[in-house]
Amino acid sequence: MAKFAKKKDGDLPAVSTASLPDIVFMLLFFFMTVTTMKDSSIMVENTLPNASETKKLEKKDRIIYIFAGKPTKEYQSVYGTETRIQLNDKFANVNEVGSYILAERAKKPQELQNVLTTALKVDKEANMGLISDIKQELRKVNALKVNYTTFEGDAFNNIQ
Amino acid sequence: MATRKQMPEVNAGSMADIAFLLLIFFLVTTTIESDVGLSVKLPKDNNTATVLERNVLRVSLNASNEVLVEDSLVPIKDLREIAIAFLDNGGLVGGKGKCEYCQGARDGASSDHPQKAVISISTTRATKYGLFIAVQNELAAAYNVLRNREGLSRYNASYVDLIHLYESTATHMEEKALLKSKIEHLRTLFPKLISETNVN
Repeated sequence: MAKFAKKKDGDLPAVSTASLPDIVFMLLFFFMTVTTMKDSSIMVENTLPNASETKKLEKKDRIIYIFAGKPTKEYQSVYGTETRIQLNDKFANVNEVGSYILAERAKKPQELQNVLTTALKVDKEANMGLISDIKQELRKVNALKVNYTTFEGDAFNNIQ
Repeated sequence: MATRKQMPEVNAGSMADIAFLLLIFFLVTTTIESDVGLSVKLPKDNNTATVLERNVLRVSLNASNEVLVEDSLVPIKDLREIAIAFLDNGGLVGGKGKCEYCQGARDGASSDHPQKAVISISTTRATKYGLFIAVQNELAAAYNVLRNREGLSRYNASYVDLIHLYESTATHMEEKALLKSKIEHLRTLFPKLISETNVN
């Protein structure tokens, strides 16, 4: 009279994985919304200095980036160890900064063209000579809003 | 005889793998952090202005990475205090154009008014960028200290807190307009007049 077939001992029902895709998609959308794309690979050493009185740079579409620092190991054989400027994906000279800024500005929508900020991502071992050359170029093309991008931290760590 | 045509079920077993692949792709190609930094406004090209000598604080960073204020060597840790004393000096008691809200020493040889006081940073080509940023940071801190003080006495909230509130997404639009006017006012009380020059 065994109406109920006895389950075999130790036969665990399989865990349903049907909702696994949903979970993963949820994670995917989370990361897609909170992160931003890396738009250029950095070819220079870029240990930013520390500062504590910083301001957040929001609205990435209003920022033009300029990188500077020593070329990384793989580029040192070609470009040497002098501090170089990197614009988009290539090394550049100081006199190319102005035209780069103008070109980037022209790409942005009209209403943003007057509120652009230039973010200088410069290695803390770089020399001020190069920075002041860049600043001079920026002044020539009237890109006066500048942000020295830093890490959050104690500024006295920069001098050792 | 209606034979029910049954659609074969699509096997969704590999859906998770596809989603994982996408997830990993996005994890690798994106960055989560947003940048922070010190914002400055460069002067216009060919801009020259004459400023009284007592209204200028000269900070120079030499090629061996030392900080000189008015030609004497100072440790960088003292720079904040020096800048505050200079900015907050406020002119002679009873002098013309003196600053009402300043609490400084009222030294005749120092600045007349924070709105006239200029800090000039001069660097050499060999000065390290890290030192320059440290100096900029200390000067920004000096301005923030003074703006915080005025903010607390006028609006019962420090300048930094006002900025945080302004940037917070939880704040309403009407509140933001009010906060903005407060922030602007504090900025006009202690405007950041820093000039950066390079000497060879």
